[in-house]
Amino acid sequence: MSENKYSVLNTRVHNVDGHAKVTGRATYTFDVTLPGMLYGKILRSPHPHAKILKIDYSEALKFPGVIAVVTGKEDTLGVKQGIWRRYKDLCDEAILTVDKVRYIGEPVAAVAAVSEEIAEQALDLINVDYEVLPFVDDPMEAIKKDAPLIHEGFERNVNVTRQISWGDVEEAFEEAEYVREDWFKLGGQHHMCMETRAAVANYTPDGKLTIYTSTQSAYYHQALLAGVLGLREGNIRVLAPYVGGGFGGKFELDGAQFCASVLSMKCCKPVKVVFSREEDFIASKRRTPMYYYVRTGVKKDGTFCAREAKVFTNGGAYTGMGATALYLTGFFHSFPYRWKAYRYDGYRVYTNSLPSTSMRGFGAPQAMFCSEQQIEWIANDLGLDPIEMRRKNGHYEGYEVPGQATIASCGLDQALTAIQKWKTSKGKLPKNRAIGISAAGFMSGGIFNWFDSPYSFSSAVVTINHDGTVELHVGAQEIGQGSSTTLAMICAEALGVKLEDIKVHMGDTDHSPADLGAWGSRQTLMAGNATKMAAEDAKKQLLEFANAKLGFNIIYDLDIKQGWVYNVARPERGMSYYDLCKEALRGKEGQRIIGRGFYTPRRKGMISPAYSYMVQGLDVEIDPETGYLKIHESVTAHDCGQPINTLGLIGQLEGAASMAIGFGYYEYLPVEDGKIMNPNLVDYKLIRAPEMPSCQVIEIDTYEPEGPYGAKEAGEGLTNPHAAALGNAIFYATGLQMKEAPIRAEAIAKAWKEKNEKAKK
Amino acid sequence: MEKKLLRFTVNEAPYEIYVNPKTLLVEAIRDHVGLTGTKRGCETVSCGACTVMVDGMAVKGCSVLAMQVDGMKITTVEGLEKNGKLDPIQTAFLDEGAFQCGFCTSGMLMSAKAFLDETPKPKDEMEIRRAMEGNLCRCTGYNAIIRAIDAVAKGNYREDKQ
Repeated sequence: MSENKYSVLNTRVHNVDGHAKVTGRATYTFDVTLPGMLYGKILRSPHPHAKILKIDYSEALKFPGVIAVVTGKEDTLGVKQGIWRRYKDLCDEAILTVDKVRYIGEPVAAVAAVSEEIAEQALDLINVDYEVLPFVDDPMEAIKKDAPLIHEGFERNVNVTRQISWGDVEEAFEEAEYVREDWFKLGGQHHMCMETRAAVANYTPDGKLTIYTSTQSAYYHQALLAGVLGLREGNIRVLAPYVGGGFGGKFELDGAQFCASVLSMKCCKPVKVVFSREEDFIASKRRTPMYYYVRTGVKKDGTFCAREAKVFTNGGAYTGMGATALYLTGFFHSFPYRWKAYRYDGYRVYTNSLPSTSMRGFGAPQAMFCSEQQIEWIANDLGLDPIEMRRKNGHYEGYEVPGQATIASCGLDQALTAIQKWKTSKGKLPKNRAIGISAAGFMSGGIFNWFDSPYSFSSAVVTINHDGTVELHVGAQEIGQGSSTTLAMICAEALGVKLEDIKVHMGDTDHSPADLGAWGSRQTLMAGNATKMAAEDAKKQLLEFANAKLGFNIIYDLDIKQGWVYNVARPERGMSYYDLCKEALRGKEGQRIIGRGFYTPRRKGMISPAYSYMVQGLDVEIDPETGYLKIHESVTAHDCGQPINTLGLIGQLEGAASMAIGFGYYEYLPVEDGKIMNPNLVDYKLIRAPEMPSCQVIEIDTYEPEGPYGAKEAGEGLTNPHAAALGNAIFYATGLQMKEAPIRAEAIAKAWKEKNEKAKK
Repeated sequence: MEKKLLRFTVNEAPYEIYVNPKTLLVEAIRDHVGLTGTKRGCETVSCGACTVMVDGMAVKGCSVLAMQVDGMKITTVEGLEKNGKLDPIQTAFLDEGAFQCGFCTSGMLMSAKAFLDETPKPKDEMEIRRAMEGNLCRCTGYNAIIRAIDAVAKGNYREDKQ
C-alpha cells in the first residue's frame, strides 16, 4: 500500500463518541427519563386481516394509574403517511389504524399510564370487536385474481411495479449459445437492533413537541411527525444523541414514535414507549422476502449476452421503504457486469404480514444470492473459470450502465485478481471443504428524492472558536457506523488541525442542519463532501487573515497542516493555527469564523454518484449429514476508494460480514398464517462469537472523483456477497444447488439426503 | 406485593432500597439505583446486554431477581473506571474500535472483565470466543471485541507497558 499522504485520514483513531460508550455514559432513548413521565403501551392486532367494528376502552380508563387511551378513529383521524411523500398512493400507513388491521401486531390503540406495568395491564381491558377477513400472506397467492384485497384500489394487491431495461433482450438471447433459468426464494431478515424501537415524546401546551428517539434520520422523523400530527416542522425537535443500531429499519415513522407523540399531545406530559423484543420482531419491519426468476444467456466463451429477471416481493401490509428496495434489487441484479441487454420486472405485492422495507444492502443481497450462484453454475456447466468469466464481463472505470449510471471508479478487476491469488494459495482442500466466491458492488448514497426534501441532501456548518476548537454541526446521524468520527476526520484534515480540536454535533434537529440521514451508504460521500466544503470555507476565511498578518508576497499561497499555518513554498515560515484563530476573530469584530457546506447530487444518473466494488471469498467446511457449516476464513478484496476511518472501515466490513452470513445461513424468519413463528432471540438464530470467522481485508486502491478525498461507500455493500459465496462453497463441496436463502443447516441436510436417495435409484 | 428491603453494594457504594420481590437485578440497577449504563436487549436471557458482575462473576442482570443478590457486591460498567482512569479492557475497546452503536458494549465489557479475571491467560482465541458466546452484538461481527480482549490478555495494557 502506498504511503499515507494525509495527517488524519486513514489513521487509527478512537471514535469521537467512544469514551461515552465504553463507560456507560452514553444515554440512549432507552435510558431517557423526564420529570412527570408516563409510560405508553400499544394494543396490537391478533389477526392478520380484520375489520375493526368497535373499540371499547372505558374499562381501561377506569383502571387506577391509567391517564389516557388513544385510537386511530378518535385521536389521529387516520392520517396516512409514508416515506415516499411525493407519491400519495404510497402513503398508506396510518400507524394507529382506523377501520381495518392488515397484519398481526398492527397497532390498534395505545395507553399511557404512570408505570409500564399498569399500561400493559390496561391493554387487557380494551375490548376490540373484529370482523375477521380472509387473509393472504404470500405474494404468489396474493397476486392471484381471487385473493383477498388488502388495500382498496390496488388490484391483485400489486403495490408498486418497477421495470429496468436496456438493449433488445430477445435478440440478445438469440445470440446466446447457452441459456439457463432458475427460481430462487429469499427470506426476510430481522434488523435486530440491540436497542428496540423507542421514543420519549414531550408535547407542551405552547404547541411544541420534543422527542427523543432511536432513529437513522432525525430530519425525516421531524418532517414525518409534522405531517401526521398537524404541527409545524420547526415546532418539532427530534433528539437522537445515541442510537442502538439501525441497519435500515429506523428511518420510517414507527409505532413507538407515533404513539408516544399522540399520547403526549393528549396528556401534555412526557410519554415513553419502548418496544419489547417480541414487539420489535412482529411490528417493526423486515428485509424484503422475494421470489426471483432469473434467465441468463451467455456465449460458449463466457461472454454475457442477456439477462431477464422477474421478481415478486412480499411487501407485507404497507409500502414503507419497500418501493426503493424493489428498484434497487433490480438494478443491483445486473451488478457488477456488462449485459448487452437486460430486463427486470419487479412486482411488490401487498400481503397480510409484517411490512417489508430496507435493510443493509437494500435489495442487493437478495439479488446477488441469485445472480452470483447462477453465474457460478453457468461457468461450471460450460467448463470455464468462474473468476475469469466474471473478469471478462465486469464493470470497469468509465463504463456506463445504459441509462442508469456511469462508473467513475472501479476496482473490480484488481479485486478478482486478489481473490484468485488467495484461492490459489489455499491449494487443494480436504473433503467436504471448498471455497466459494462472489462479487458485488453497491451505491454510495441514493440520488433519489421521493421524500421530497426541500433541503440539500447533506449540510454542514463549521464554526471556529477563538481557542482553535471547532464545532462541526452536521445532520448526518451517528448510529454506530462511525459517521461522527469519519466526518470529524474529514473536517480535521481539511482544516489542517488535530482530531481532538473537533467537536461533532448531530442528532438534534434544532441545532444541526437538515440531512437525509444514515441510509443507502450515503454519509461518507454526501455528508463528507458537505463537511469538507464547510471546513474549506472556514479555512479560506482564516487564510485571508493569515495572508494579511504574515505579509508574504501575493505570489505565495498558504495552507494549514497539523495546526501550523504556513507558506506552501517555504513551509518553515508561518504561525500557529491557534494564535491565528485568536487574531482572526479580533479582525472579525469578535465574531466566530463560520464555514458552510452542502451536497446534493446532480446529473449522476438514476441511482448513485459512486459505486463500491468487492469480491468475497469464503473457505467453508460442510457436514452434509447435518448441514452444519463452519467458515474457516473470510477474505474480502474491497474497493471503497480512499479509506477515511481505518478502524471504522474494518468494523463496518466485519459487521456487514456477520449480518450477511446471517442472511445467507442462520437467520430464518418463517411466517405461518400471517404470524412470525420465532419472534425472540432464543428461536431466531444470530451468529455469535465462536461461529464468526476471521476476516481478512485486501484494500484495492482507487480514487473516486465524486467522493471527499476520493472516498466512497463501505458500510453496506459487503452485506451483498456472502450468501452467494456460501452457496457456491456448498456447491463445490457437495454438488448441491441451494436456491433458498437463508440456506439453513436443515435444508442442506435434506437436500443431501434427497440427492443420495436419487443416486441410489 | 409487599416490598422487601434489599441491601447490596453497587460499584463499592452501599445501597438500601425497597423493591418488589419480583424485581429483576437489571431493573434494580437501572430503575432504583439509576445507573443506565447497563442495558436490556431481550426478555429471554439471550443477548447479554444486561451483564454485570456479582461478586466477581459475570451474571445476566435479567436472569436473577434483585433479592437474590442481597448482601452481594455488584459491579456495573460505571464501576470499571477508577478515579477517572479507564480499566485496560475499556482502553483496549477504544484502541480496537470494539464497539459501534455501543448498546451491547457495557455487557460485553463486563463479560470480558470477568473472563479475564478468571482466565488471565486464555489458551487460544477460541477460548475467548466461547467466553463471549452469551453476548450478542449486531454491529461489529465480534472480531474487534475478541482482538481487544486478546490484547489485554497478552499484557499489552499492563501498567509497565503503558
